[in-house]
Amino acid sequence: MTTESARLRAKTWICATVVVLSNVFGNFFLKKGMPADLPTPWSYIAVLFQPWVALGVVLLILWMMSRMTLLSWADLSYVLPVTAIGYVLVAIVGRIFLNEQIPLKRWAGIVLIVAGVALVSLGTAPRTHNPEAAE
Amino acid sequence: MKWIFIAIIVAATTVGEVMQAVGMRRHGEIKDFRPGAIGRAVAALSRSRFVIGSVIAMAVSFFAYLGLLTIADLSFAVPATAITYVLETILAKYLLKEQVNWLRWAGAGLVICGVALVSL
Repeated sequence: MTTESARLRAKTWICATVVVLSNVFGNFFLKKGMPADLPTPWSYIAVLFQPWVALGVVLLILWMMSRMTLLSWADLSYVLPVTAIGYVLVAIVGRIFLNEQIPLKRWAGIVLIVAGVALVSLGTAPRTHNPEAAE
Repeated sequence: MKWIFIAIIVAATTVGEVMQAVGMRRHGEIKDFRPGAIGRAVAALSRSRFVIGSVIAMAVSFFAYLGLLTIADLSFAVPATAITYVLETILAKYLLKEQVNWLRWAGAGLVICGVALVSL
């Protein structure tokens, strides 16, 4: 049982990392490639072939698939707070790559999110429901 | 008008993500990550009523979100939609029968406050 829960925990961490990174960088590249405005309906389609936007879309598809994979064994009440670490990474990526300033209030929010993620990810098991009872 | 968009976003996101969780749980733990097995899993999931329903709900949520962003700032939109964390955690406990102990409630509460602070 302990090896089973250790296996599930390791798998959960790997998958959650993919979920978070694909979301953060998917949105980052989408934002990077997006023009200032999309004047015609055709431009909504054409923008998908812009290289940065295309990379962003590919990463967001990976995000969707990895999140569904994670939910195939992990609790929703575990996945929700743990993947919220993405909000922190978005702020940090904005600071590093877009030279955005992080005001004190935002740092306070980052500390609260990290504390919440640490409580749930370190303090509770990824799965509390019985997989056999799910059917 | 913006509160109508927020109501649609919150309702559609909550319904969509809970349905996605139900659909994935019914499918069972994904253990095989070879391309053929992933293809079979995608084929099986695309026939799941819960997964189809979740995709429709998330599409509604996405377009309502785009609509909201045309009349409201991102710094208003993100914290206003963080309420979905509360609703989904409640549904996870009562509908999905997950054991939401005090650590998870505290964690969800900290994340909501943090998201509000980061985006306000």
